[in-house]
Amino acid sequence: MEILRVEGVNKSFGGLKALNNVNFSVEEGTVHAIIGPNGAGKSTFLNCMIGRLAPDTGSVMFGDISLTGMKPYEINQAGVSRVFQTPEIFAELTLLENVMIPTMAKRDGEFALHAFKRLDQDAEIRDKALHMLEDVGLAEKSGTISGALSRGDKRRLELAMCLSQDPKLLLLDEPTAGMSRADTNNTIDLLKRISDRGITKVVIEHDMHVVFSLAKKVTVLAQGTIIAEGRPEDIKGDPRVQEAYLGGAHL
Amino acid sequence: MTMNSSPARDTVFFLIFAAAVLTMPIWLAPIGAGYPDLLQKFAIFGLFATGFNLLFGLTGYLSFGHAAFLGVGSYTAVWSFKLLGMNPIPAAILAVVTSGIFALAIGYVSLRRSGIYFSILTLAFAQMSYNLAYSVLTPITNGETGLRVLESDPRILDGSAATDGPLISSLFGIEMTGYAGFYFCAAVLLIGFFVAQRIFRSPFGIMLRAVKTNQNRMNYTGLNPRPYTLAAFVISGMYAGLAGALMCITDPLAGAERMQWTASGEVVLMTILGGAGTLLGPIFGAALIKYFENIFSAFNEQTLHEIFGFLPDFLEYPVVAVSSLFVGEGWHLTLGVLFMLIVIFLPGGLMEGISRIFRAFKRSPGKTNPTGATAPAE
Repeated sequence: MEILRVEGVNKSFGGLKALNNVNFSVEEGTVHAIIGPNGAGKSTFLNCMIGRLAPDTGSVMFGDISLTGMKPYEINQAGVSRVFQTPEIFAELTLLENVMIPTMAKRDGEFALHAFKRLDQDAEIRDKALHMLEDVGLAEKSGTISGALSRGDKRRLELAMCLSQDPKLLLLDEPTAGMSRADTNNTIDLLKRISDRGITKVVIEHDMHVVFSLAKKVTVLAQGTIIAEGRPEDIKGDPRVQEAYLGGAHL
Repeated sequence: MTMNSSPARDTVFFLIFAAAVLTMPIWLAPIGAGYPDLLQKFAIFGLFATGFNLLFGLTGYLSFGHAAFLGVGSYTAVWSFKLLGMNPIPAAILAVVTSGIFALAIGYVSLRRSGIYFSILTLAFAQMSYNLAYSVLTPITNGETGLRVLESDPRILDGSAATDGPLISSLFGIEMTGYAGFYFCAAVLLIGFFVAQRIFRSPFGIMLRAVKTNQNRMNYTGLNPRPYTLAAFVISGMYAGLAGALMCITDPLAGAERMQWTASGEVVLMTILGGAGTLLGPIFGAALIKYFENIFSAFNEQTLHEIFGFLPDFLEYPVVAVSSLFVGEGWHLTLGVLFMLIVIFLPGGLMEGISRIFRAFKRSPGKTNPTGATAPAE
């Protein structure tokens, strides 16, 4: 079953056509990678999906909800979470607080004036957040201020924040960008583990190693157009992809 | 920050704070601050700064127009005296309601922008209110003369007692001046402090801190930051209105100068001086500034000569000449120097200084802080 369907999306910045009639769909429960050379329009595409940018034409359907024109927090409330290229966390708060916030957002909605309840007495939220931190291996650091974490740990925290909301669709923008090989492998392991939960994922990635160890399906974007789509092993051998993406070199 | 607190610890903390506030006339007497007028100011401005801190300390939105709500609260309180009677309770309630409505309107517009633009918008609104109070709104504010209660006012709730009673706010026959006035203000401060403490510990409070830390992440976490900031703005406006009402309860006169930008700036200074984002800091800051204003400004050369009288004459005169710059009308200079020293050496305000001292004491018996996090004191 399709969980996300993008039809005829165009987006221009001045004279530059960033996305040219993109049609794209994601099957529920799969890991779908979007790859492409620098400037191919990958991030623009992702931003059109999560409401940061409005596409010029075309539609983005999430199940039977149209995401075009919705505010980012409404899209999240509909069940789409996003991991950013540079981890976006609440750097002045503790790890536990960082995960409790999305957990509460999921339970209480986009605004709730709980000004007289005690947060530390809310066992449901606290247990869920702690459990999530355990899942990503950060439980022992739950009381530290998150700004002090390493980049790899920040990424794991951000992932825990997204997962705590049980999203239907998780968008990951270059989840291993700027990471060491060891951190990259840890992240791959983590993403594989959470695949077992059956969360649909769309991954934008530069690193072929990551793409081929995670994705079931790969879409190749070049100059704003989809040039190939299919299973990773088919994409590897596709001459058009090698031409556009790797300048003809063999994988 | 939040996690090292528990309901029991908070209760103890509140009780100690309450005891300290209620015994202020005793323990502040040795430093010359134990008289009711100044104590009332400590409580009133402590409340004002506590409310301001709920906005600035938690969300990071720096309002530069909070004195407008102080003024709105004051005028509402005096009108309540004039129309309803000299009871402080309806005056305080009405002041909270009106300043809340004003804050809703001003906040709704100003919060469309953040950072310096938000500050400028709030400043513009406050200056507008200040100027309107002197011009178009004279029928309500009585312009430069200020609004006061007159013998001829209806004061319907006072009944026959009103005709010969003094025009001073009174609760069950107790006039709200002197120590009675202080204890009324102190009770209101304690209520305000209790509510602030609850907000600090609540899910709402952590959302406000999330606004300060990362609004982008908040948006992509399914939270709409706007109603959170607006709610914080309205609550803090209500605190300001209540503080304004207390000013009139202890002295039933409202003037527009209360809304001037210097008054808005003063509460910013109080909060930063004490420690923005901490519970006690703004109250310390408010007390310190009011203490300097009242004590240092009262010094003159005569008092300085008495203080430095032990020095030989050739030293006494230069010392008095230099230090006299910092007292009397020059007390702002002392405040300015103090403010600079604190911002440069203790960016977290007085509370950071206090928590540093506490940590130094904790460390000295050979114990190290087990958690990596540095938790600021309350």
